[in-house]
Amino acid sequence: MAPLTALRALRNRSNFPIFSSTASIAWSIRRFISTLVVAEHEGGVVKPSSLSAFAAAEAIAKENSISVLLGGSGETLQKAAAHAASSHPLISEVLVADAEILAHPLAESWAELIHSVQKKGGYSHVMSASTSFGKNVLPRAAALLDVSPITDVIEIREPRVFVRPIYAGNALSTVRYSGQDPCMMTIRSTSFPLLVNSTNTEGRTVPINQVDVSVFSEESLKKSRWLKLTSQDTERPDLGNARVVVTGGRGLKSAENFKLLEKLAEKLGAAVGATRAAVDAGFVPNELQVGQTGKIVAPELYMAFGVSGAIQHLAGMRDSKVIVAINKDADAPIFQVADYGLVADLFDVIPELLEKLPEKK
Amino acid sequence: MKIMVAVKRVVDYAVKVRVKPDKSGVETSNVKMSMNPFCEIALEEALRLRESGAAAEVVAVSVGPAPCADTLRTALAMGADRAVHVDAPGPGPSSPSPSPRSSAPSPTPRTPASLSSASRICVESLGLMEFGFKHFVAIDDDCNQTGQMVAGLLKWPQATFASKVILDKEKQEVTVEREVDGGLETLCLDLPAVITTDLRLNQPRYATLPNIMKARSKVIKKVTPQELNVEIKSDLEVVEVTEPPKRKAGVMVSSVDELIDKLKTEARVL
Repeated sequence: MAPLTALRALRNRSNFPIFSSTASIAWSIRRFISTLVVAEHEGGVVKPSSLSAFAAAEAIAKENSISVLLGGSGETLQKAAAHAASSHPLISEVLVADAEILAHPLAESWAELIHSVQKKGGYSHVMSASTSFGKNVLPRAAALLDVSPITDVIEIREPRVFVRPIYAGNALSTVRYSGQDPCMMTIRSTSFPLLVNSTNTEGRTVPINQVDVSVFSEESLKKSRWLKLTSQDTERPDLGNARVVVTGGRGLKSAENFKLLEKLAEKLGAAVGATRAAVDAGFVPNELQVGQTGKIVAPELYMAFGVSGAIQHLAGMRDSKVIVAINKDADAPIFQVADYGLVADLFDVIPELLEKLPEKK
Repeated sequence: MKIMVAVKRVVDYAVKVRVKPDKSGVETSNVKMSMNPFCEIALEEALRLRESGAAAEVVAVSVGPAPCADTLRTALAMGADRAVHVDAPGPGPSSPSPSPRSSAPSPTPRTPASLSSASRICVESLGLMEFGFKHFVAIDDDCNQTGQMVAGLLKWPQATFASKVILDKEKQEVTVEREVDGGLETLCLDLPAVITTDLRLNQPRYATLPNIMKARSKVIKKVTPQELNVEIKSDLEVVEVTEPPKRKAGVMVSSVDELIDKLKTEARVL
């Protein structure tokens, strides 16, 4: 049991206050907690959203032994495995599934993979980030394992007690999982920031093991084929984990005017977001949508231009540290959540901001 | 080929929900209920497939207590051919029971799963965000699981967050454009398949008065989970439902200069 030696090494680390109740500590001693994190990677590194899942796994138990599952094929997969191995001190093993059918995020093959890895490893928890990949794959894998998954966890109170938003974030539901192992969940990565010091993993060697992919039932995997991905390559930071986000709504009136916002984003080193109205009107591509049906963001600074602030939009940004709203309509609901509101025409404000903002460092 | 559409009755999306003072859940009595918007889109897509000749019949299914029949009636008025109401007691939106138990998404996907094997349905459209207890993609519970779980149970291929669906009757396959984090992804699935819809798939129609009248004579078949050999038990219990933390009141600034100054000195984000 390699994880056990890792655990002993960990006992001597200063631990961080995760549990509020002694009952849960007793629980964690009584049961061995081991978590499988289904991670995404790109260009040879683990995606930031998956790194947050490691932080969430640590929140389940400070003596968690984390196994990371990576799939795909080729050189970037091996690089990502090396990166994963050194990305969190609780990681005890990296599992690599090298197969052509995993090169694309097809739910059918990934769910089979998670199913077989879980059957072999008997983990107490299986998690992934609440990305479109995680939301697509994890519930299917849960159905194969006959358990109820939990979506979009924002807080872990005890190893089996979780908080998740319902009704577009207008209520928080605390749920206790009483089913059989594994407890499967997707976590909201903006709620589990990765601590800088947790990347200190020197002096540990983490085994990287290959997963046997020959066991897949061919028949169910042939039923879906990946054709293509159309994406907008941008130089700007990724919307999901940018420090600053500037968002435009219907008030921008055209795709042309969104260029103004892009200039502003450049100056701030920010990502550009949009409301559903702006996406539906064709101003910007859909992957920029922030809200209940788009991306959930929680940057340090969120600037909303010409955004009215519908419930569904607020669901995607209400946890931002500082919210700034610029809107002509003084009664727009966005002003109720904004820390700083400015009632003005955004076509006057944006150029003025461009002129007066300090150069980004 | 037949299409099954799972529809769910939820609190109307425009309603600002209130958490009950006893933290047992969200106030649903005397609150406007309607069909989950994602389910409307799923139904619209199914009707369009039928109108294009790709499908012969559209069956709407809802799981939950008695008032779900109203939602099915709406689906029939929009144009569904017939409906199945899986009468499941319990903490539905209008359930009189004061103690909401939570949801186990696993039994419910099994309900559509057993239905679809029973009536040999080829394509399913489900809404996109699903709800634990009644399990159809819904805006109240924001779970987003049902379609995927149904597909897993049936061992059918799945396409989630669909924004475009092209059905090829000859080849028995369906090409789906999906909304994913990085853009748009295109998949091709063999039928039968499970598809869950994104908001950008279509603009749902309104039921016209003549169609509402016609819907009154359409059949809603009532079945129980027992008849489908589905046991509804829950792996999740709701400990409490609380209000999200309130943000502290903001300030209105009068100029861009003041705004930049506040962001620099007060908020320290610039």
